[in-house]
Amino acid sequence: MNGAAPSQPRPTAPVMRDSFSVTFLASETEARERVCAVAQRLRRAGIATERAGEIELTLAEAVNNVVEHAYAGAAPGPVRLCCDLDGRRLGVRICDLGLALPEGRPPRGKAADLSCPRADLPEGGFGWFLIRAFASSVRYDRCRGRNVLALRFDL
Amino acid sequence: MNLNSIETDKARIVTVGVDRIDAAVAIRFKEQMRRETAAGPDRIILDLSKVDFIDSSGLGAIVASMKQLEAHRRLDLAGLRPMVSKVFRLTRMDTVFRLYASIDDAMAAPAG
Repeated sequence: MNGAAPSQPRPTAPVMRDSFSVTFLASETEARERVCAVAQRLRRAGIATERAGEIELTLAEAVNNVVEHAYAGAAPGPVRLCCDLDGRRLGVRICDLGLALPEGRPPRGKAADLSCPRADLPEGGFGWFLIRAFASSVRYDRCRGRNVLALRFDL
Repeated sequence: MNLNSIETDKARIVTVGVDRIDAAVAIRFKEQMRRETAAGPDRIILDLSKVDFIDSSGLGAIVASMKQLEAHRRLDLAGLRPMVSKVFRLTRMDTVFRLYASIDDAMAAPAG
């Protein structure tokens, strides 16, 4: 028996945990609604407003890429978002059955060159740049006709 | 797409009445901006104070709205909320547009 007082458990913020998935047909309006709902759920789970905004934008860009490119020229197919929130880290897998990414890998997402006349300014090509700016890691796999984009967000 | 504009002697102020400019509305936004800015003062100020989310398609639509103006006309942006401001800063589009905290600030800014 030693005389030390039993240590009191230190009050800590509750650990953020949640795990869920949503599946929907890849259209612009569905993408907006579902990504909004995912972001709202993540905010409720305790992710700070600012980081949740960045995550919402990143997911919106990734899902819009599926809508515009993976299912380009085809009927909209399914997209599945699987979210796994575990403490200081959020993992999101985005799966679809559309076309593979060109060259089989995610674009580097270089910053656009804006040193040009106004008429030549880019109106697109910012998506991957933003995804890479906000996601802590990006991994892409193509497996049996399925695209899997795995994004990790440190919180 | 909910856009409203008023005209002062110095500028046309176009107010975006929705909270998102994203892929679902980008084309409509660009087309409506074309109508709102078809005639009028050389300076257009886009009031973004109600917008709290913009994605790359929305950003592209704002760039397109500027590019479709005649060369001597100008599009300035006012009232950017934090997430919108962040997208402009990260993509360095804040070097292409003049950004103002509010419409009042934009109107008070010297011409030129």
